[in-house]
Amino acid sequence: MELTGAQILLESLKQEGVQHIFGFPGGAVIDIYDELPKSSIQHFLVRHEQGAVHAADGYARSTGKVGVCLVTSGPGATNTVTGIATAYMDSIPIVVFTGQVPTALIGNDAFQEVDIVGITRPCTKHNYLIKDVRELAHSIKEAFYIASTGRPGPVLVDLPKDVMQARTEFEYPKTISLRSYNPNYIPNRKQVKKAANLLAKAERPLIYSGGGVISSEAGEILTRLARRFSLPVTSTMMGLGAFPGNDPLWLGMLGMHGTYAANMAVNNADVLLSVGARFDDRVTGKVNTFAPRAKIIHIDIDPTSIRKNVNVHIPIVSDCLNALKTLDEEMGEIESVQWEEKHGDWVKTVKGWCREQPLKYETGQSGKIKPQYVLEKVYELTRGEAIITTEVGQNQMWAAQFYKYHKPRTWLSSGGLGTMGYGFPAAIGAQVANPDKLVIDIAGDGSIQMNIQEMATAVCYNLPVKIIILNNSYLGMVRQWQELFYNKNYCATCLDTAPDFVKLAEAYGAEGHQVDKSEDVVPVLKKVFASPKTCIVDIRVEPEENVYPMVPAGASLTEMLLV
Amino acid sequence: MRHVLSVLVENEPGVLSRVAGLFSGRGFNIDTLNVGPTLEKGVSLMTISTHGDEQIIEQIIKQLRKLITVIKVVDLSDTRAVEREMVLIKVHASENSRAEILRIVDIFRCKVVDVSTDELTLEVTGDQGKINAIVNMLQRFGIKEFARTGTVAMKRSMQL
Repeated sequence: MELTGAQILLESLKQEGVQHIFGFPGGAVIDIYDELPKSSIQHFLVRHEQGAVHAADGYARSTGKVGVCLVTSGPGATNTVTGIATAYMDSIPIVVFTGQVPTALIGNDAFQEVDIVGITRPCTKHNYLIKDVRELAHSIKEAFYIASTGRPGPVLVDLPKDVMQARTEFEYPKTISLRSYNPNYIPNRKQVKKAANLLAKAERPLIYSGGGVISSEAGEILTRLARRFSLPVTSTMMGLGAFPGNDPLWLGMLGMHGTYAANMAVNNADVLLSVGARFDDRVTGKVNTFAPRAKIIHIDIDPTSIRKNVNVHIPIVSDCLNALKTLDEEMGEIESVQWEEKHGDWVKTVKGWCREQPLKYETGQSGKIKPQYVLEKVYELTRGEAIITTEVGQNQMWAAQFYKYHKPRTWLSSGGLGTMGYGFPAAIGAQVANPDKLVIDIAGDGSIQMNIQEMATAVCYNLPVKIIILNNSYLGMVRQWQELFYNKNYCATCLDTAPDFVKLAEAYGAEGHQVDKSEDVVPVLKKVFASPKTCIVDIRVEPEENVYPMVPAGASLTEMLLV
Repeated sequence: MRHVLSVLVENEPGVLSRVAGLFSGRGFNIDTLNVGPTLEKGVSLMTISTHGDEQIIEQIIKQLRKLITVIKVVDLSDTRAVEREMVLIKVHASENSRAEILRIVDIFRCKVVDVSTDELTLEVTGDQGKINAIVNMLQRFGIKEFARTGTVAMKRSMQL
């Protein structure tokens, strides 16, 4: 039977198992919206297209499924760019459908025309402009395949209006193969054997895991491997949750705001097993003093990650899950080593660092609420079972440090791009995908205002997302840098004009609370976590609290500023 | 060090922009770039000459391979390769200089493809060294126009 482009799109999404999409209509996609009510796909109307992409991203991060959004041409498309770049930097599988002016008008500067394929070329894994309805189904299949395989990432499909109206026979391809795209999932056994032997000789081994462990569902095998062979574990911010944050072998996050123990361990390790991480500058600090004593094993599915920033002794191009499974087998076959005994002293040393300089904060005389205290209480009250999203800045770092992540996909945060305004729409996406879970956005008073309009979305769909604003009336992280490195020149970081967040919540039909005293934190959080409504909790925290430890930009990891 | 990369790509709209954008976005250098169709329908060959240290070249090759529309990348600097470039040179040729220019044409085994009362247009084929040499020789007569294809290259069949 012949279908229109719009029908083919929705039918293809169904075939891909898509149940929820986030979007915003407009002239160029009105044909698709016209078909939408007949489809089984549930559409969530956002209030800004950036929110749609972040929601799709949060949906993807919290489930591992491909997140999908649909927006119109021109400004609708350009509004997705920040969200796409966010997903690209963090390797998140999403497919973004943008409307486009009719093919005959492309290039004519038509109303709401923009070359979105050109604009997003550097921040998508791949993108398509569909010029013929006969290519549509195939390209959608490719888009989902490319987004979700290999190193995942965003794919954009640009849909001219006339293509959505044109008709053709619909047949959805069952399989797909691309001669120019064949990600390597299986590790080279010889390389893995070498890695196993290197680890067998190691006196001071350390696992440095990253977001790749989460995207390849390798958290469980990572945990098993670390425990079986007594390997202490640190991770990037993107990797939080892959290894249980309450395990004795866990050292905390490493890098700029990493723990003392993690950074000291990297500095002293003799073998560093890097899994699904990419040696980002926020992790390495001054790159030529990073892990100076270590031989490095680097497992990554993306060959470009290997030897991009640091030299590697044993590269293993593979899916993290398969590589770790194989490594576990190979290490298991080495019978001559009593792992626990061999690494005992080293584990003792790193645990010593944990005790010597744990994450801490001064309780202070001011009587103001400490933001770290709030995170500790959020953790205790949720027993680490919540999905935490964050905005970007101090709120994000405290959420990374003081909440212990037990499971993968419970920590959703914009790592690579550092997108303020990410957390709330991402929480909406996560809540749609996980209706029975408690989803909490840890926000700052600055970043929450970047996508606050999504309050309407959350309330409209009865999504009980909890927004906890650590309100310090500053753009806190920039202020911290100004305090430490720019002679306290607090230029453009003071946010003393802010909305009344309680009233704002109420104006949207949500629940709002303000907390000014430490003793009120727990009772209010308890109440809010039990509420079936979208809630904002405006917590007035110590205004000039800093995130520590801190490695100044460009310094070595051991040059930490401590509390 | 200079490297010549042979890059086989899907011939579809935007492929050149993907490759060029990769170089500019990541701060890699393109010295010359040549693109043309191959005998296989839908497949084009790009020859890119670039330079950088070993680590940069490794990144360039890996990043190119990562593009979905790139089918194959070969670094011809790793093997023995034939490398050619063609230029068209329009050189000022007065009665006095014409004979000497034609002698140079002879020595370099290039061709005169167009002639007028005061100009000669030459077609020169060779590797970079030869092209640079003839340019040096002709400069004093006055080069009026200069069009260069950029390197094309191919692996030699047998390593003799």
